[in-house]
Amino acid sequence: MAETTQAPPPPSRLTYDYVTRTIARTLGNPTRGYFLLLGAAVGLLALGIITLLFLIRYGLGLAGYSHPVYWAVFITCFVFWVGIAHSGTLISAILFLFRSGWRTAVYRTAEAMTVFAVMTAGLFPLIHIGRQWYFYWLIPYPNERGLWPNFKSPLIWDEFAIGTYFTVSTVFLIMGLIPDIAAVRDLATGWRKKLYAITALGWTGANEQWRHYTRGYLYLAALATPLVLSVHSVVSWDFAMAIVPGWHATLFAPYFVAGAIYSGCGMVITLLTPIRKLFQLEEVITVHHFENLAKLCLLTGSIVSFSYLTENFVAWFSGNPAERAAFWYRAFGPYWWASWTMNICNGLLPWLLWSKRVRTNITALFVISIFVNIGMWFERYVIIVVSLAGEPYTTWTNAVYNPTWADWGIMAGSFGWFFMWFLLFVKNFPAVAISEVKEVLAAPMRQKARAGVQHT
Amino acid sequence: MTTHLRLPLPKPLQDIIHPPPTPGVLGVFSYLDTTVDAIKKLRAAGHTDFTVYSPVPRHEIEDALGQAVSPVRMFTLIGGIAGCAIGAWLTLWMSYDWPIVVGGKPVGSVPPYVVIMFEMTILFGALSTILGILFNAAFAARRLGTVQYDERFTNDRFGIFVPTVSDKASPVEKLLRDAGAEEVRRG
Repeated sequence: MAETTQAPPPPSRLTYDYVTRTIARTLGNPTRGYFLLLGAAVGLLALGIITLLFLIRYGLGLAGYSHPVYWAVFITCFVFWVGIAHSGTLISAILFLFRSGWRTAVYRTAEAMTVFAVMTAGLFPLIHIGRQWYFYWLIPYPNERGLWPNFKSPLIWDEFAIGTYFTVSTVFLIMGLIPDIAAVRDLATGWRKKLYAITALGWTGANEQWRHYTRGYLYLAALATPLVLSVHSVVSWDFAMAIVPGWHATLFAPYFVAGAIYSGCGMVITLLTPIRKLFQLEEVITVHHFENLAKLCLLTGSIVSFSYLTENFVAWFSGNPAERAAFWYRAFGPYWWASWTMNICNGLLPWLLWSKRVRTNITALFVISIFVNIGMWFERYVIIVVSLAGEPYTTWTNAVYNPTWADWGIMAGSFGWFFMWFLLFVKNFPAVAISEVKEVLAAPMRQKARAGVQHT
Repeated sequence: MTTHLRLPLPKPLQDIIHPPPTPGVLGVFSYLDTTVDAIKKLRAAGHTDFTVYSPVPRHEIEDALGQAVSPVRMFTLIGGIAGCAIGAWLTLWMSYDWPIVVGGKPVGSVPPYVVIMFEMTILFGALSTILGILFNAAFAARRLGTVQYDERFTNDRFGIFVPTVSDKASPVEKLLRDAGAEEVRRG
């Protein structure tokens, strides 16, 4: 069993031309299945838009907010989507700096996922503030009252972090796309040819272009690497800077970053499995790539589990009654089901990935990846909602929190919004990095003896 | 010199957007090693201003060309430093413009502002890197004029374009052919 699933050396027909044509083929006319998926995504988005219109007309009271839970499903979804974004930058930037060859086949999908996940995440603070038309109050702009944002507030840090992250990951994605758009431009016909001729920005692959491009790409990767680590740290400080028990922990930054990458790798597997099948990319995206993603999940999942243990241990060891009460409430209070979903999906499930048989079984990985996503959503729900619901300072005023249809409607809409952009992207732009996949293939040589080392 | 089929633009724009075609010789190569070989021979023959096309960036080509390091890094550095300074100015100046005094603590307290300064460093560094690539690779490269291109260069062929006037073209053609070009044409 194990021998057959070893990463095979690339078959000989995996040439430059084969790679270009296989990936360019994914951009052909969409099938019925594609339109069904896109229709489902747009339908979900419509549901979200209708819910939002109700929220605007009748106010945030339609959502389940009740004292002291005023950060609830919307903020949970915000952190969830920001977290999803992170593995894209990990794969595209950090693994680029580590010269990890296998990233090339999967990084474009991951990077596109990053951009669309941040776009999705960015909507939630706006929905959460209730009066979306005042969103510009967040921006430091000169106004008649001479007011400026409070830069000591983690929420303003977060705005800067998310804004920077969205901008940088978008330009990073577009930058990576340019040579690949040029490659499909040179094969395409009709309106697509015009679209790609404009979006390729005159790319020809001339040495003068590659010289500046490769250098600039390196610096973008080098800037994106500390950025991705900072963004989820800043998101975690939204909580860690407050004194709510269960939030106020120095552990939060690394814990959140690991969780983000864990959930993001899960989402990459969830997205790649159908894409590989639909677009017949089995030879470009191999089991080896899935196995490596699973290993990343295993690593980050273990860090997350370790953080859970640390968090609980420190709550007990601190001797702080409020802290102890919060963690007792989390595990055995009315929301025990959320906590245990989180513990099982994030703490126990990654252990399955120690087995090579599981790591190389794509169906198993797909199922696990969905549970990873569920587990990570519940992690944020537990941290945000359950910590607030169980906060021990004003228990006499605490009401029971339950999400309503408005919470779920907006959340469904966010999935529709994300998948709509993602599906539109993979059908219109190369979903696998053509030039970078070629880079890890052996270059065509007249003298075969000098052919470079193959590594995927 | 040549007939302009497109609408003529005012003088500086015309040269930038529709530069006149450069006369020269284009060689198409199937293999990386033959391309590198041709580059070495061209340089030995005293050619310096030729263009090499490749579907992927390869160090072999870079080394054979002996190119200087791209100036994009200066864009990144200056952008990053400017971003950091803007972050510091933004936070400190705005704090003192509307002071919120909490518990007698400093109005402009640097530790929380480091987060903003950091994010602005990354933002400006990244955007100026993009500008650096665009300026150097897209805009500044246009001064070379319109050089010949083949659609296979983004797929699986390498190419070398040597700008040369027609009476000096035949030795270049011979050189490219000897190095292993599968196709040589004059433009």
